[in-house]
Amino acid sequence: MGHDLNLRVWRGDASGGDFVSYVVPVEEGEVVLDAIHRLQAEQAPDLAVRWNCKAGKCGSCSAEINGKPRLMCMTRLSTFDPAETITVTPMRTFPVIRDLVTDVSFNFEKAREVPAFAPAGSNSGGTFRMAQLDVERGQEFRKCIECFLCQNTCHVIRDHEENKPAFAGPRFFIRYAELDMHPLDTLDRRQMAQESEGLGYCNITKCCTEVCPEGIHITDNGIIPLKERVVDTKYDPVFLGLRIGRRKDRRVVGPAGGSGPSPIKRPGGVAVGTRPPAPAAVPAVVQVPPAARVADTNVLERPAAVPAREPVSAVETASAKPVDKLKTALPAVGATAGIGFLAWALRRARSARK
Amino acid sequence: MTETERHDYDVVVIGAGGSGLRAAIAAHESGARTAIVCKSLLGKAHTVMAEGGIAAAMANVWSEDNWQVHFRDTMRGGKMLNNWRMAQLHAQEAPERVWELEEWGALFDRTDEGKISQRDFGGHRYARLAHVGDRTGLEMIRTLQQRAVDLGIDVFMECTITRLLLDGGRISGAFGYWRETGSLVTFHAPAVILATGGIGKSFQVTSNSWEYTGDGHAMALWAGASLINMEFVQFHPTGMVWPPSVKGILITESVRGEGGVLRNSEGKRFMFDYIPEFFKAETADNEAEADAWYADHINNRRPPELLPRDEVARAINSEIKAGRGSPHGGVFLDIASRRTPEDIKRRLPSMYHQFKELGDVDITKEPMEVAPTCHYVMGGVEVDADTQSSVVDGLYAVGEVSGGMHGSNRLGGNSLGDLLVFGKRAGEHAAEYVAHLPARPAVKESDVDAAADEALAPFTNPGGENPYTVMHDLQEHMQSLVGIIRRGDELERALTEIERLKARAKDVSVRGTGRGYNPGWHTALDLRAMLTVSECIARAALERTESRGGHTRDDYPSTDPQWGTVNLVVTEKRGNVQLDRKPLPVMPDDLKTLFEESR
Ligand SMILES: Cc1cc2nc3c(=O)[nH]c(=O)nc-3n(C[C@H](O)[C@H](O)[C@H](O)COP(=O)(O)OP(=O)(O)OC[C@H]3O[C@@H](n4cnc5c(N)ncnc54)[C@H](O)[C@@H]3O)c2cc1C
Ligand code: SF4
Ligand code: SF4
Ligand code: FES
Repeated sequence: MGHDLNLRVWRGDASGGDFVSYVVPVEEGEVVLDAIHRLQAEQAPDLAVRWNCKAGKCGSCSAEINGKPRLMCMTRLSTFDPAETITVTPMRTFPVIRDLVTDVSFNFEKAREVPAFAPAGSNSGGTFRMAQLDVERGQEFRKCIECFLCQNTCHVIRDHEENKPAFAGPRFFIRYAELDMHPLDTLDRRQMAQESEGLGYCNITKCCTEVCPEGIHITDNGIIPLKERVVDTKYDPVFLGLRIGRRKDRRVVGPAGGSGPSPIKRPGGVAVGTRPPAPAAVPAVVQVPPAARVADTNVLERPAAVPAREPVSAVETASAKPVDKLKTALPAVGATAGIGFLAWALRRARSARK
Repeated sequence: MTETERHDYDVVVIGAGGSGLRAAIAAHESGARTAIVCKSLLGKAHTVMAEGGIAAAMANVWSEDNWQVHFRDTMRGGKMLNNWRMAQLHAQEAPERVWELEEWGALFDRTDEGKISQRDFGGHRYARLAHVGDRTGLEMIRTLQQRAVDLGIDVFMECTITRLLLDGGRISGAFGYWRETGSLVTFHAPAVILATGGIGKSFQVTSNSWEYTGDGHAMALWAGASLINMEFVQFHPTGMVWPPSVKGILITESVRGEGGVLRNSEGKRFMFDYIPEFFKAETADNEAEADAWYADHINNRRPPELLPRDEVARAINSEIKAGRGSPHGGVFLDIASRRTPEDIKRRLPSMYHQFKELGDVDITKEPMEVAPTCHYVMGGVEVDADTQSSVVDGLYAVGEVSGGMHGSNRLGGNSLGDLLVFGKRAGEHAAEYVAHLPARPAVKESDVDAAADEALAPFTNPGGENPYTVMHDLQEHMQSLVGIIRRGDELERALTEIERLKARAKDVSVRGTGRGYNPGWHTALDLRAMLTVSECIARAALERTESRGGHTRDDYPSTDPQWGTVNLVVTEKRGNVQLDRKPLPVMPDDLKTLFEESR
């Protein structure tokens, strides 16, 4: 049974933005992304949103739905009360490009720092032998679809831009864990994970695990074992030590990626400033049909003074506010984490009522 | 002169799916300055969605398997219309390419001996697909992506190429725009490798995403290259049908490979009624033999559910038409009654998840409802089998955008192998071509200006139509008139409709606040390629008056041996699509014998 859905979508760009309310007809069985697509096709053709597979496989459509980090294509409308207004905002930890699209290049830069898998010999002719039991641990982490929802959620960098240079985030901690558990790898990345990638900032709040759409046990199976192995490089937890031998033979390495310009190119990378200006006159058709839009704000009038982040936090209630204000120095991260987790738990409890 | 960003490379690879990444790695390793350009973020290309596996005759499960058997399966699956040389190279080189992935960090499922495990798939005589549960594509793209990043290859993501640039018939570069800012970008490069994937977005019910607008097909054609086999579009037998929002989303063939069977509303395993003459000798004709096959491939013939995709899709279509369909217009795919819940969850985790989350169906307890969905285009840029070079100097094509390898119907798992084998070849040959060029072709500024005007036109069109409406209408026409079962009069009507849509597409206009990340604009530009490719498909489909593989004509239901020796080649002359018949390359005698002895 279809109904008319009240949808509030954050619209704007790096210079600011606001919520716009729409009424979108939706059908039985639809997901949030369907509603967004219908909105785009019928009312707001310039609404920016990322998606690819529409089946939870590519990790493109990450956003915050009623304040909760989720994949839009895997969030069914039937999990909400039909009368409820659904609020969709972009991921908060990354800079907004436009509307629901954020600049996630942070993650691609962190990926460059991972020293690649380095097996002992060549596999030409298929000489590698690994037991299913030994690859299964790594396979859990390789299910990661790089939606970056865990990165978005982690309090170490959520609202703490200053921590980003020193912190790779949960997505990459499981990458380090995966490589560490690979039966045929020859590198030891434990020290660098701790020192250069910020594993030490993680205080195991498990918020990342909570939001992972792939159900990866990021903390229990990835971060905690990795931390244990960092603490005492000679100590092998029994369950790992049994299967993965010859740790001592691994060569200790530092971050990869080099120091030159990043190979991950961004617009304007070469000839900044030579970009042609945007067409002066936006065609007259720009208005969203008024009948279809419950206009409480005009997209075109972006309040200049409002920072892009502000409206996002408006989704959340006062419980989340104190965290926003706290700008702690790095060593104090643990203390913030306690509050952050509390806020998170409260928010979760609220949105989990269905 | 248009102001654009400028970049200089030896080889520009358009596309970051399996084929583009593999090609870029090869070009880089051959010493070429290489860039990868892609429409979405790195790691989100279609390859990420591939589920079942990579076909490679590694003989890890069945020692009887070898490249000759794989070659034969591929040719027979394509109803012998494949480019034999491509099918041969693919079968010979796929194992080495899979092992290479493992060397780069891929973790495939294992056999008891610790080798890469292989699973059964339609049309493959032996269990042959290397896999990771049902997320093989994710493993493949992540492995290649991590390799490319490790090598430090330049990546331009969310950057769409709209035109190839030429200098006297040779490639000189490519033109496009950044999605994020809408700013324009020109690549100066003597070699371009197209790895843009497929065309499925032109159909309404499809397993393909917004990216599959056939950009590579269209840009190659506009640049003077030829396309072959465009009439052959694969409709995968098992797409989801309910709820409507997920209609078309793929259900992997692995469900059948792992023992799933198809039933109609009467509970009957109807595939036994649809075994074609061509495959009778190798297909079980009773349930007992079909079921015994899973454990013993040598003394039993394969279940009819694992016939090539074109056969299964047509059979499902017929059952639904005959009124024996499921409540929502599909048939039933049943694995619940055939395997334990634990096995299903372990072997098909993402299918379990997909149905649970999106369809409220527990596939360990209930059957799934399925119907055909547009999935893959066999047709593509005509290339040289060994080098993947098109007829345009400096232009290469690889992966789904290339044509020939799969003939009239692709076997499951053969695409992922194709990406790796020919990706490597294309990258190496493009690098070699550039190394031996006496002089670098130059980008003509007038071409850049023209490309810029074309790209920005939707902003200046006065109050034209919404691009989404035009796209929607195209999808509807292609679905109903050029779909799984075709008729001459309907194809003619489709061509008339396409002409009308072309006129409408010319003056669509973009609404909104500017060029930065404006999907309405992106759609307006995508329409040109979609319409070009749709016309090629409809034209070729009208011309081929027989049924074969992914092309079924209601008015010419049988396979015609005369047509079995002919490829249809599409070119563009002065803006008009032209069709020519070209004799198929002749297979050498030693390969021909493979088909005699096994009959
Ligand atoms: C759901 C699903 C399951 C599948 N399962 C299997 C399977 O199990 N086994 C198998 O063998 N095959 C499978 N296939 C088929 C296979 O996945 C695809 O054919 C294959 O991945 C295509 O790879 P590709 O490298 O050619 O292109 P893609 O992976 O599709 O990549 C295309 C790239 O080109 C870029 N691009 C396109 N146009 C432009 C442009 N204008 N400018 C810049 N960049 C552009 C895109 O951004 C993208 O990066 C499946 C397909 C689907 C949809
Ligand atoms: S456990 Fe908490 S602190 Fe650690 S990575 Fe996850 S979200 Fe961040
Ligand atoms: S670990 Fe999970 S939440 Fe984090 S990026 Fe991967 S899939 Fe997303
Ligand atoms: S669109 Fe791919 S995960 Fe949502």
